[in-house]
Amino acid sequence: MRETVFQRVFAFVVGWGVAILLFFPIAWMVLTSFKSEVDAITPRLTFTPTLSSYAEVLSRADYLSFALNSVVVSVGGTVLALLFAIPAAYSMAFHPTQRTRGTLLWMLSTKMLPPVGVLVPIYILARDSALLDTRTVLVIMYALANLPIVVWMLFTFYKEVPKDILEAGRMDGARTVSEVWYLLLPLTLPGVASTGLLSLILCWNEAFWSLNLTTSSAAPLTAFIASFSSPQGLFFAKLSAASTMAVAPILVFGWFSQRQLVRGLTFGAVK
Amino acid sequence: MSATLIRENVAAAKPPRKTGSLLVVPSVVVLLLWMIVPLVMTLWFSFQYYNLVNPEVSGFAGRDNYEFLVTDPDFWVSLRNTMTLLISVLVITVGLGTLLAVLFDQPFPGQKIARVLAISPFFVMPTVSALIWKNLLMHPIYGVLGAVALAFGLQPVDWFASYPLAAVIAIVSWEWLPFALLILLTAVQSLDHEQREAARMDGAGVVAQFFFITLPHLSRAISVVVMIETIFLLTVFAEIFVTTSGGPGNATTNLAFLIYARALLQYDVGGASAGGVVAIILANIVAYFLVRSIARRLEV
Repeated sequence: MRETVFQRVFAFVVGWGVAILLFFPIAWMVLTSFKSEVDAITPRLTFTPTLSSYAEVLSRADYLSFALNSVVVSVGGTVLALLFAIPAAYSMAFHPTQRTRGTLLWMLSTKMLPPVGVLVPIYILARDSALLDTRTVLVIMYALANLPIVVWMLFTFYKEVPKDILEAGRMDGARTVSEVWYLLLPLTLPGVASTGLLSLILCWNEAFWSLNLTTSSAAPLTAFIASFSSPQGLFFAKLSAASTMAVAPILVFGWFSQRQLVRGLTFGAVK
Repeated sequence: MSATLIRENVAAAKPPRKTGSLLVVPSVVVLLLWMIVPLVMTLWFSFQYYNLVNPEVSGFAGRDNYEFLVTDPDFWVSLRNTMTLLISVLVITVGLGTLLAVLFDQPFPGQKIARVLAISPFFVMPTVSALIWKNLLMHPIYGVLGAVALAFGLQPVDWFASYPLAAVIAIVSWEWLPFALLILLTAVQSLDHEQREAARMDGAGVVAQFFFITLPHLSRAISVVVMIETIFLLTVFAEIFVTTSGGPGNATTNLAFLIYARALLQYDVGGASAGGVVAIILANIVAYFLVRSIARRLEV
């Protein structure tokens, strides 16, 4: 297809213009994180770069514990969701019954329950079982909240595996467990990986349950950053350094998995 | 032919593989509990007098919590804020997202990198987005927007004091525009280029191609984006929590924040639960259409 020169130049200028505008707040955050507090409150591009904000944020002993909480609850929630979802998606993709279609749609509809609608009972249940401000409660919440998405995404990947391959294994006498473990998982590893990645991203950035169910000892980075909303947020450089460290890993994950995310985020409706 | 016959015979000789179809049960059970238990509790609490810190407030409340809710002007303000936020962000993200999707479908130098930059905001956690915008960009004295305004000889605007809801809308739109772009771009790329080429040869201009070929092709993806965003936008919380705490006054209190404030700041479990029931009903109206639209595509 031939485009006119005008069209190409237009696409180039507007495309890059929009990209830079949208990325600007992130770029500015990273830039500010290398400023001193004095430089940070003047919106200028020239300054002497310094790592002092990073050093200061990291030297607050609790930063690392917030980061560790984020890692533990994201990985924990994702692993728990996968443990339930892999058998479920396998079952629905390879052993469908008349109820499978209804089950899939019902699972999707549980995702529609607004978290705030069940805030009160979850808070009270957590309080009564002494789970408030524990990593356990976040792991459970994240696994449950993401389970429908994880099942759906795995299901769309499993549907693409030719049934013959599993049947061949079955004729060789493979039992269900080894069928899943030795045949299906290696075949669909990229799909399982990108499903896990989407779940990790969603858990890492989750900021409703983490703000409402944790206070300090189990609080992840979303809650730590929220603590900057008090007047100490006026320490712009430290806010930026802490934010940059909180965002960077997941941003990189996101860049690598954009294509796969569409499938998971739209329940396979857009591929 | 014979191969299929053999396979069928082998399959028939084996007992039906019950384990296989039963593996879905654990997930169904936990999701069922996850849905039913809190739902029933919310409904139950909404008919009770229940205060988190005052055990003397107790007993059956009948319709009191609901009556208190609908006679509270804050509730109606929060509903209006919820809808304003929802509709503004939808119009901004879907409108711009569609145009940008078409734009990023064109080949231009560095297109891949530009696309990655443009979708990045979606991966930033909401508390970071909100505080970066509030402090580094929108702060009237120290923020970039203020500096830009001064450079053009204008007076810097104190966004969160003068236009608090618009400020929240701007932040949430920045977070969700990349989502709309990502989904719609994927949909645009599945468009048959030959079809568009044919239209172009027949003399259809860029605008005509957009309205008569691209937009109809995108209609399904657009409706999916609208519905998924709606589910999340009905309950925006973190962005409001860290920037305005629902204020000034109740200017940025949406339904989610109102429920949170009732439950965890005023300890009024009954009142918060009544609000929760309203939120669930609202979300279910949207969910109904979303599930129906996805069901049409589902092949099992």
